Amino acid sequence: MQNPYLPYPVRIDEIITETVDKNLKTFRFVFLNPEDEQKFAYKAGQFAELSVTGKGEIPIGIASSPTEKGFVKFTVNKVGLVSSCLHTMKAGDIMGIRGPLGNWYPWEALKGKNVVIIGGGFAFTTLRSSIVYMLDPANRKDFKDIHVIYGARSPGMLLYRSELAAWEQRDDINMHITVDASDDPDWKYNVGFVPTITEQKAPPGDADTYAIVCGPPIMIKFTQPVLDKLNYAHDHIIMSLEMRMKCGIGICGRCNIGKEFVCKDGPVFTLSQLNQMPREY
Amino acid sequence: MKVVKIDKQKWTEGIEALKRAYRLYGPVKEDRFYNFTLLEKGVPPDFNFQNTRLSPKTIIYPQTEVMFHYTLDESREDHHILKEVPGDAVPKAIVGIRPCDAAAFLLVKRNFDTPEYRDPYWVKAYEGTTLVGLACRQPCQTCFCTTAGCGPFSEDGLDVLLVEETGAFLAKAISAKGEALLKTAGWGEAADGGPIAAMKREAETRIRSTVHTDRLAQKTIPELFDAPFWDDVAFSCINCGTCTYVCPTCWCFDIQDEVSGKSGLRMRNWDSCMFPLFTFHGSGHNPRNNKTKRVRQRFMHKLKYYVDKYSSGIQCVGCGRCIRQCPVNIDIRRVCELMNSYETCR
Repeated sequence: MQNPYLPYPVRIDEIITETVDKNLKTFRFVFLNPEDEQKFAYKAGQFAELSVTGKGEIPIGIASSPTEKGFVKFTVNKVGLVSSCLHTMKAGDIMGIRGPLGNWYPWEALKGKNVVIIGGGFAFTTLRSSIVYMLDPANRKDFKDIHVIYGARSPGMLLYRSELAAWEQRDDINMHITVDASDDPDWKYNVGFVPTITEQKAPPGDADTYAIVCGPPIMIKFTQPVLDKLNYAHDHIIMSLEMRMKCGIGICGRCNIGKEFVCKDGPVFTLSQLNQMPREY
Repeated sequence: MKVVKIDKQKWTEGIEALKRAYRLYGPVKEDRFYNFTLLEKGVPPDFNFQNTRLSPKTIIYPQTEVMFHYTLDESREDHHILKEVPGDAVPKAIVGIRPCDAAAFLLVKRNFDTPEYRDPYWVKAYEGTTLVGLACRQPCQTCFCTTAGCGPFSEDGLDVLLVEETGAFLAKAISAKGEALLKTAGWGEAADGGPIAAMKREAETRIRSTVHTDRLAQKTIPELFDAPFWDDVAFSCINCGTCTYVCPTCWCFDIQDEVSGKSGLRMRNWDSCMFPLFTFHGSGHNPRNNKTKRVRQRFMHKLKYYVDKYSSGIQCVGCGRCIRQCPVNIDIRRVCELMNSYETCR
């Protein structure tokens, strides 16, 4: 019997400090047993349990794209016991990854559609995975217009800054990067909160347009009315939820919203699905 | 299936024979209360009880259990890599389990043994255990099994059902596992199982306490979730978690690493939806940040989410332990009635 709690052993290959406050680091992992990489086949939007031996596990969205081979990437905010320990680790250290877990963004339904990605703060990880996946030469033709509205508190708090700059240069993706405020005279992108920029830049909602929204609760709260105003149907608004998790496979019982487990039935839900669920998240 | 008769002499001999083939658990009086314990040689199961203080779920699903071990010693080649602990291959048997507690394993099985994932710890322990039930002829006043999908003579989840008669037992084999156990014990004196039906009917009439669950499924989750009675239900609750620990159908757990020197274990421990930490995010946010929300979770899970998720009855077998042991007299029967009879203004 397969043990679903047993992590694949991995080696930390590279650590990148993403933000000026040094609270967000991206970890690139390589599987110790190459065949485990095949078993870890994932889709953009899924997450995994990062297992720091001796400390425990944390559920983290997969930041790399299934089109990137040879490694997996996760961006981790320093918050609690496990993430703080992870932030002290160095390249070469051995730990574990368990997954992939949960569902993913509805890639079949998104085929042939416009995709509007709306992200804020450090919740941009599975959105990065999605963008890289969609921009892959083999996949780009499967989608119509791609818009990305991504905001952080300040320029130094944006994740993946060199990739953002590279996407800005492309003509097959419409980037709308924003910061809440900036004292950098060279800042050449938007200034304003994500909901405001969404109202200004996002295309109007229609049957062919889906929004994927991922961010802090306050951003989601104020973005939702904007999307309503832009006529996005609730089954065309896709969200990814966070919850305290342990098992990641719908067994340990803590991450439910109503009868759904965020770890197994989610983390991706449409707004119409969420409307049918208790507001307990 | 076949019924055998076991007299006192054969009973004692059979129990000792079972201890040689199985890790045998049975009810024993500890201080003031009965609990299931491993029966050492010469210690008989004591059937002079109504039901045990704790449910026997701990035998299949221990309160604390090692999942993996590892070393943090970097001079070892396999450092920081989790290893599975060798399983306990000795078959187990629980003798004297009440039918409600055996039926509870079937409800819990839906959680641990799913089409997508099988929890190897629970599944192996469950499959390796033979359940010898003891029919209830003198139920407690708080037993409401007959309206909770169960009953004092219920055979659901059992391998053998024992019915106590003056000076002897009638034993009915229910599964192949049960037949094998009877054979191992040397209990083979064929008997007439006919009288069991009448005893069953009599025992069922002794269960006077009931719940109504017929209208739970037709209500929506948000309707019951937003019902006005939750503050009232939770008012006296102190979130002690006793109800979840004594419940045979509560299964929630936590996973923790324990390190001593260079060696470590990953363990799982029973957890409880009554505790604030259960859902406490690293960010400080807590979706169930007060006791009303936690109490609502417990009852909504047992009486609504489970019903909807599995299109089945409630996640409760009517053993009544949570009612008897709640320090502030919260009664699941009353909450079930509130939920079942709740009507919103449409």
